[in-house]
Amino acid sequence: MSQIFHRSTNTISRLSIYGGVFIIAGLSFALYAIGRSPYYTDVNVAKMQPVPFSHRHHAGELGLDCRYCHTSVENSSFAGLPPTQTCMTCHSQIWVTSPMLEPVRASYRDDKSIAWTRVNALPDFVYFNHSIHISKGIGCTTCHGPIADMPLTYRANTLQMGWCLECHRQPEKYVRPRDKVFDPWYQPPSDQLALGRLLVKEYKIQSLTNCDTCHR
Amino acid sequence: MEPESLPPTANASELHEILEPGHTFGSVTDKIASIVLRRRTKRGWIAGFLIGLSLLMLLNVAVCYLFAVGVGIWGIRIPVAWGFAIVNFVWWIGIGHAGTLISAILLLLRQKWRTSINRFAEAMTLFAVSCAGLFPILHLGRPWLAYWLFPYFPNYMGTWPQFRSPLVWDVFAVSTYATVSLLFWFVGLIPDLATLRDRAKSRVKKVIYGMFAMGWRGSAVHWSRYETASLLLAGLATPLVVSVHTVVSFDFAVAMVPGWHTTIFPPYFVAGAIYSGFAMVMTLAIPIRKYYELEDFITLRHLDNMAKVMLATGLIVAYGYMTETFMAFYSGNQFDRYAIINRMTGPYAILYWSLIACNIAIPQSLWSRRVRRNIPALFVLSLIINVGMWLERFVIVVISLSRDFIPSAWGMYYPTRWDWATYVGTIGLFLTLLFLFIRYLPVISISEMRSLVEEVDAEGGK
Repeated sequence: MSQIFHRSTNTISRLSIYGGVFIIAGLSFALYAIGRSPYYTDVNVAKMQPVPFSHRHHAGELGLDCRYCHTSVENSSFAGLPPTQTCMTCHSQIWVTSPMLEPVRASYRDDKSIAWTRVNALPDFVYFNHSIHISKGIGCTTCHGPIADMPLTYRANTLQMGWCLECHRQPEKYVRPRDKVFDPWYQPPSDQLALGRLLVKEYKIQSLTNCDTCHR
Repeated sequence: MEPESLPPTANASELHEILEPGHTFGSVTDKIASIVLRRRTKRGWIAGFLIGLSLLMLLNVAVCYLFAVGVGIWGIRIPVAWGFAIVNFVWWIGIGHAGTLISAILLLLRQKWRTSINRFAEAMTLFAVSCAGLFPILHLGRPWLAYWLFPYFPNYMGTWPQFRSPLVWDVFAVSTYATVSLLFWFVGLIPDLATLRDRAKSRVKKVIYGMFAMGWRGSAVHWSRYETASLLLAGLATPLVVSVHTVVSFDFAVAMVPGWHTTIFPPYFVAGAIYSGFAMVMTLAIPIRKYYELEDFITLRHLDNMAKVMLATGLIVAYGYMTETFMAFYSGNQFDRYAIINRMTGPYAILYWSLIACNIAIPQSLWSRRVRRNIPALFVLSLIINVGMWLERFVIVVISLSRDFIPSAWGMYYPTRWDWATYVGTIGLFLTLLFLFIRYLPVISISEMRSLVEEVDAEGGK
């Protein structure tokens, strides 16, 4: 009776065992890498907006306070997107003929909101409240990154749960004095941990890591 | 596995009862391999397969709709959040246990009568576990995130599953069970796959069976490794017979719900699992032996033995029910007491009493040798026990949840058509896999039957 398989099948079958291991390892790594890549997380990906609004110009160069536009950040879960009227407080006086700002003027004229593209969004099953973070001394830039240096706004962090927990488990690594929360140029001091421990105590920060803290 | 070195465990007449005399190596191989290798598929097989397949398509529809719309299509509403999905999960997992018991524990105990039923009992285990495994995943609500059940690192959540929850233990128990069962089944198949490879006429069959036979040539070294591997796997599978359903019972026993929170659950769940599993083996064995004329291999003695196992485990289950009831009253806990009274007289009482009839009352007829050797009676009994064990899980899951502590939180559970479609659909999945198995793999282990032939010849004073 002739052989069904060629001699080389022995080698191939042995190799396939190792191959299987490497393929599974490679696939797992690929999935992990995709999950961490800007393609999936949108980190560092600047979004196109109806008006190319620059945080670098407004918050960085001009030094507008965050709360001038994001008015409800201190007492609401939502930081708030400014109505067109807020833009017009200045832009009814300056750059009034700039073609770039035409959508803003159109919005004001027609009383229709500008449809900004959301940059930082959490899934619906996550409860998040801006005000508590502000009042416990978590700065804007801690989560939103170097916002005063962003010509077009991009997401600075993954907003994945593991990232949230980094701070929720060790708030002392990130907390800053309350009067520095809105400082876009704030740099943590070299003794952040010592300061952080002090502030955690002073602000009575709890390390909330129960599931139902966010998944209510 | 067996013969030479082991002391004789069965006398000649017993051996004759588990394999009709007059068989040779060749006749055994011919008989079993012919089911697989015959060219034309039998009409009955096609009919059965089509029934299975159409039910499987029903499952397909039910699951697609579920994924599109969500678990709201089922009857689960607070307080009964664990409806059919969990009932069916426990039922299917339980059914699988007979296969493991037959192939592992009876192997270690050197029970020769296991030989002709172990192959399809193991296959049944595998298919039942597949059906069971579907339910918790479908029940998740977001089934595409099922991998969150497993601990893996690094993950984006920065957290582990809750290791203190029996639901996580379940993931490990069931996945270990599925893996070991698959390996055990496959290792046992290797010599038979080689037989099929050697006997197959067509090139395609030769190559496919050849690939899965993994180069088996039947040399002494191969046999020695095969036996070591089988023994090791049997050793691994043995604790699983007890552990898997114990962990499943923890899903309930660890919770505080009256009717769940009892220490009797692990042993009585295990006994119930084996009970339902043997009933299912019987349900499958009786038509298969008839249709494929395997009465020489699966004899009355086999059915008789399985009936005895059913009787014994059924009595353990009955003891479990009695202990549950007794403890509810003995504890003096009004909630436990009410849980039992509600079972017996509440809105679902008819199901409870049907369960008692199916699982305890009717199977007592197995005390009679006439019933144990009456094939139609056994078939009907095995179906009744399957129904009874399903009712048991319904009684435990649904009745307990529907009325717990505060009357204002009580609520009824009614299965919807999608509950039924999913349940019947998994029966379709089971049947489809089973029919494919019958057609493409030997339903009885050829190699083990050959060694049995040798023993029958030797012991029979040849």
